[in-house]
Amino acid sequence: MSNPQQLRFTKEHEWVTAVDADGIATVGITEFAANALGDVVYAQLPAVGDTVTAGETCGELESTKSVSDLYAPVTGEVVEANQDVVDDPALVNTAPFEGGWLFKVKITAEPDDLLSADEYTAFSAG
Amino acid sequence: MSNALRLTALDALHRSLGATMTDFAGWDMPLRYGSERDEHNAVRTKAGLFDLSHMGEITVHGPEAVKVLDYALVGNISTVGVGRARYTHICQEDGGILDDLIVYRLGETEYMVVANASNAQVVLDALTERAAGFDAEVRDDRDAYALIAVQGPESPGILAGLTDADLDGLKYYAGLPGTVAGVPALIARTGYTGEDGFELFVRPEHAVQLWEALTKAGEGVGLVPCGLSCRDTLRLEAGMPLYGHELTTALTPFDAGLGRVVKFEKEGDFVGRAALEAAAERAATKAPRKLVGLIAEGRRVPRAGFPVVAGGEVIGEVTSGAPSPTLGKPIAMAYVDAAFAAPGTSGVGVDIRGTHEPYEVVALPFYKRQK
Repeated sequence: MSNPQQLRFTKEHEWVTAVDADGIATVGITEFAANALGDVVYAQLPAVGDTVTAGETCGELESTKSVSDLYAPVTGEVVEANQDVVDDPALVNTAPFEGGWLFKVKITAEPDDLLSADEYTAFSAG
Repeated sequence: MSNALRLTALDALHRSLGATMTDFAGWDMPLRYGSERDEHNAVRTKAGLFDLSHMGEITVHGPEAVKVLDYALVGNISTVGVGRARYTHICQEDGGILDDLIVYRLGETEYMVVANASNAQVVLDALTERAAGFDAEVRDDRDAYALIAVQGPESPGILAGLTDADLDGLKYYAGLPGTVAGVPALIARTGYTGEDGFELFVRPEHAVQLWEALTKAGEGVGLVPCGLSCRDTLRLEAGMPLYGHELTTALTPFDAGLGRVVKFEKEGDFVGRAALEAAAERAATKAPRKLVGLIAEGRRVPRAGFPVVAGGEVIGEVTSGAPSPTLGKPIAMAYVDAAFAAPGTSGVGVDIRGTHEPYEVVALPFYKRQK
């Protein structure tokens, strides 16, 4: 599997895009994480207006075998949650880097230990 | 991953199929090959192929083999005819369940006991100890067999093309020796999925040949390889207990709602008789917690160990839970206080990480195939 070069990653297996002109970034989980979870059947995402804090839980992803906390990769205010994923959580498995994105956040702060694609690839392989 | 994990004869094949593997009772077993939901649905509607070589086979043979089994197990094994099988339990002296088993009568004086992988050693030790003084031998045959299951509505057709055995004459819970895809096999019409299907016990060196022949025979009818993940959701929908979840040494068969497997009418003593008679009486006078089904109204999934609640009180505990592919909702099996066990009891919920999610109480099973 390949991790898109333009994204940055956390060791909790989330990805985050660069911010757009309004300071908003998109967040999801990696293909590695989606494969490890198995079929995602339920996604509890943060609500619009919620403040999420980098490194803290902000939702959960439930699969056949387990439930996993969703960690915010950055700090900021949630401006959109992906209703398509709420309606069809399998999108997280089929398109983790595209249609399976989870939420958009207006970033106020970000940690300095986000990983590049190459660093994350090495981390998740190890 | 530990080097000590045991590998089945099909290990290389699973890896070539891209299986996600998992440590199950010390065995490195396929958890899933692709989507476990697709695998589950294939078994319900077409067919699935499973490697179950981790199951523990123990042979009991000799003139008094049946006496050993009637003494060691709670069932009435002397009523099992040659070529038939019986679901039963092995209990401790105090009535606690050591394991649930299937006993196949292979010949006049030869039986094969199939134990759960996690309990195989315990069952082997108990049978060996309980056979003392009888004219019979207990043999560890765990390494003598690979076990391949083909399950689902298409499975009779798939198997029929590979064997001359009389499958129409082979009833549910029966087993006969035969040849499948050119290899000798014990063909049993058993399973753990709630569907029609077969379990094929073969020598490990024949496993790959049999798996490949079944794969080829099933190509046109939707047969897919299936991992243990979907086996768990299939048995859960079918209301079948899993040792370590619905069955433990802390419970008697009566506590588990399976008192029917205990046959007091059989001749002679058996291990646990006195304690089980007391347990039967307790169950009849003061109902213990009952095993029920729960269906979610929401989408959060209950897991083993989660409290079942009503009116702010804990009234039970989830033993197994998963999203049900067939129902499209989370389901669970749970032991609940008898007062809350009737189907339709209102106000019952599961405490899912601090939130009381509403659940409907239903009778088991969740799913029964149309025959």
